[in-house]
Amino acid sequence: MSGSMEFLLWTKGPMFDIAMVIFAIGLLARLAEIFLLGRARNYAEPRAGEWPAGLRTMLTRTVADRGTFERAPFNVVVGWIWHLGFLAALLLFVPHIELAKGLFGISWPALPNPVVDFLTAITLLSLVATLVHRLNHPVKRRISTIEDYLVWTVVFMVVLTGYLAYHRMVNPYPLALGMHILSAEILLILLPFTKLTHILTAFIARWYNGAAFGRKGVQS
Amino acid sequence: MSELTLERGLAAFRAEIDAPTAAFFSSCVHCGICAQSCPFYLETGDPKYTPILKLEPLRLIWENEFTLLGKLKGLLGLQRKVTDAMLAEWEELLYDSCSMCGRCSMVCPVGNDLAYMIRKSREGMVQSGHAPEGLISASVRAIKTGSPMGLQWKTLAVQIKHVEDSTGLKVPVDQVGADYLVMLSSMEVINFPEYLEAITKIFDHAGVTWTLSTQCFEATNAGIQIGNKDIAAQLVERVVAAAETLKAPNVISPECGHAFTAIRWEGPNLIGRAYPFRVFHIIEVLEELRVAGRIKTEGKEMDRLSLHDPCNLARKSGVIQQQRNLMDLVADNFVDLKEHGKYQWCCGAGGGVSSNERAEPLKMAAFKRKKAQIEEVAPERMVTMCATCRTQLEEGLEEFNMDIPVVGLTEMIADHLVEKETGS
Repeated sequence: MSGSMEFLLWTKGPMFDIAMVIFAIGLLARLAEIFLLGRARNYAEPRAGEWPAGLRTMLTRTVADRGTFERAPFNVVVGWIWHLGFLAALLLFVPHIELAKGLFGISWPALPNPVVDFLTAITLLSLVATLVHRLNHPVKRRISTIEDYLVWTVVFMVVLTGYLAYHRMVNPYPLALGMHILSAEILLILLPFTKLTHILTAFIARWYNGAAFGRKGVQS
Repeated sequence: MSELTLERGLAAFRAEIDAPTAAFFSSCVHCGICAQSCPFYLETGDPKYTPILKLEPLRLIWENEFTLLGKLKGLLGLQRKVTDAMLAEWEELLYDSCSMCGRCSMVCPVGNDLAYMIRKSREGMVQSGHAPEGLISASVRAIKTGSPMGLQWKTLAVQIKHVEDSTGLKVPVDQVGADYLVMLSSMEVINFPEYLEAITKIFDHAGVTWTLSTQCFEATNAGIQIGNKDIAAQLVERVVAAAETLKAPNVISPECGHAFTAIRWEGPNLIGRAYPFRVFHIIEVLEELRVAGRIKTEGKEMDRLSLHDPCNLARKSGVIQQQRNLMDLVADNFVDLKEHGKYQWCCGAGGGVSSNERAEPLKMAAFKRKKAQIEEVAPERMVTMCATCRTQLEEGLEEFNMDIPVVGLTEMIADHLVEKETGS
């Protein structure tokens, strides 16, 4: 018991600080890496401004166009489900909000625990489905790299350890909770150096996309 | 030109990396949805044609040389390098199986503009000596003769004579101070001379002053298709020089879609300055004339017509509603294809695919997507406004024994002009 408690305290203490520092500095470095490259000046007479179109695409690209939905319904639906499930569990679970309160002094309403529990189970199932899809769909199999499977594993572990800890399925509890926190820390550390950066850069990419199409008079 | 080498190629790839490219590659989650927007993948079922995979050489250069982790990998000797063998393999992916239609750029969930990066990748392919033969010869002919098909002014002069004989109108040549300088594509001159006849009639009818230029009549740009900025800039400069000589305030791009993209969007950036004139596609000009009430038509086409939006005109240039307004002017029974406008499907021939003889089987495979779209609404004729699309539609429909003639929208408008009461 004392060993597991030490482990938990380590994940909540020094390891948490290390993870946050790597996450923050790594992400800033990645953003600098992108923006310092700059963009060539565009001399072509625009049809419309870049900003309104860019900002719109940052939001609209979240929803697939009808044709794409019909051609790739699995990607769209399962992608949506697990992203939403993950975000709900991350942002609307009481202990997570408590953590935010402790760290930043802000809080917001939570979802009832049984609801988060249900969403977490759905998320786990969806994640398994995405893995099966990745291993079986010819396109996904062809373009997948070791990184894709590594990132999948880390994300899955974060959700799974959270689920196991909530249901007291691993004993002792400090070990279960410590594993969950450590998984989340591994995710934070990997985030700036893997495709996980898309949680931020996707919005930059969408802006550039929307801006490029927008100046030509097309809302992308 | 000095020797094309891997080193030069890598330098060219490197020079293309910018903030958008870095943001795009940082964001890709390998979801594979881009494949579902690509006619070359969808109609062959071969996953190697997945759009993001076509960008692997550019992505590797970015990862190896423009990211912390990539550089770290380099120190440990863990980088995967771009080699000559790799680029040779990718030549088919970057040219034969991509028309730069930009549909993948419209659907990528993280917002990657893949067509933008294909265009960039081709710069590296040319410098490393991995561009297709067909595009190289078209580029060489364009630089040497002024036309990718080697067409001379004297051929156009013969067409002008025909048009003047059949219309009784004068085709203005080298008129200083005309409102519009009209540019053509060799394909239009050779395959679709009715286009020149149509604009001659329409501009006479609407009282538009216009001119052709003997200095430069060709505005297609082989440099943009193959991916070489120097060639592309040189071809754009010729158009600019012609417009400046004739002091034309407006230049009309050929119907040809990529020529419009080249002269309208890429041109000023290629030469590094804004133009002293404005650029329009003929469809934009016709729509402006229609709105101003300067086009008077009579009668309508009564058969069932549908419309093919050229990628370069619609998705990549925002000319979408204009052609529909013009269709309404002269067509009684017009039906749109299901996915049209910014979500239209490419005919399969753009982006240099049609100049690359080797790509013929892939070009026809990609056409099957368009064919399915056409079958869905079963029109009696197809209407379009790009010489390359039109040729591909004609060849493709013929290949599949579909008896659906293809007509140009500009010609159709010209057919319905109200005859002037007094001869001019």
